Amino acid sequence: MTDNNLTDLPVAVTSVIGVSQYLQIATFDVENSYAYNTLAATENANPLFWDDAVAQELTSGRILPPTTLSLWMRPHYWEPGAEGEQVALQVHFDLKKIFELPEAVMTDNTIIFYEPVRAGDRISNSQVLKSVSGPKTTKLGSGRFWVIDVEFKNQHGALVGIESYTGFGYRRDQEGAAS
Amino acid sequence: MTAEARLLLGQVAVGQSLPELAIDVTPTTVVLGALASRDWRPMHHDYKFATERNGVADIFLNTPNQAAWFERYVTDWAGPRARLGRMKFRMKTSVFPGHRMVFTAIVTAVSTDSAGCGWVSIDVALSVGAAEADPSSYVVASTCEVRLALPDSSTDNPWSRSGEQWVP
Repeated sequence: MTDNNLTDLPVAVTSVIGVSQYLQIATFDVENSYAYNTLAATENANPLFWDDAVAQELTSGRILPPTTLSLWMRPHYWEPGAEGEQVALQVHFDLKKIFELPEAVMTDNTIIFYEPVRAGDRISNSQVLKSVSGPKTTKLGSGRFWVIDVEFKNQHGALVGIESYTGFGYRRDQEGAAS
Repeated sequence: MTAEARLLLGQVAVGQSLPELAIDVTPTTVVLGALASRDWRPMHHDYKFATERNGVADIFLNTPNQAAWFERYVTDWAGPRARLGRMKFRMKTSVFPGHRMVFTAIVTAVSTDSAGCGWVSIDVALSVGAAEADPSSYVVASTCEVRLALPDSSTDNPWSRSGEQWVP
């Protein structure tokens, strides 16, 4: 989705392309219980995540399954003082609002894994809008694709991973309209 | 259990297939996966929202949970010493309750990088269809390119690499 035509995009979008936004620090520490939820949800028996002796030998102690990377920055569904829906990928929701596209799906996801994440870590991240496409129509509706990179670090400043999302924000076509 | 290497780099060749994995998807599969990944968005647990707002057939598997399924699939094959370096996946259609999801994969590259780390590249396909349907009618819902570090000897441990020794 690199077919940016910057003249087609509002300043609210062009001004933030390539800019690191929403530096956030997780409000809770990494914990093993979420590893168990993920392992159970996927019936994953990898002894690295279940057996202390294996974890000690390979990773000097328990680590979290690498693909749990993004969940440490996902906000609680509710917490005291929070108003409205809490969302993880704010740039994605900003774009939906700017382009007045009520629906959205993720179509592509790339994850690069660096230092393992361990229980007790406190993760932080920031988001960079990489590109926005021109108007597109798919079977879901009409809208735009965008690419957002998210960089994750631990409390020591070590890079633990980078995720790149391609999202498609869209408006469902009216009934009877071509799809 | 032991941390013994299940698979060494030298035991893998381009064109090699991974064993197939088939899982029947239920609403619990979808909801459990979404909540495990702290994804509270309603299209992953609310049937009416998914069908009436999103216009899709049912609640559907969320992105982080698909990543976790891909991780489970390749490390089932490679063992605990295998270390994920990179995953790139594309979702073509959604995975719904009632689907049987079938994971298949083929090794596309085997290499050693300049830091001496052994790597395999694997193309994984996640196909779906009705559990009772002929598997030949299944469609590919997602594809995933995986870059996975494997030990090159029984004493090698990709997890011990960091900094310039780890180039995922």
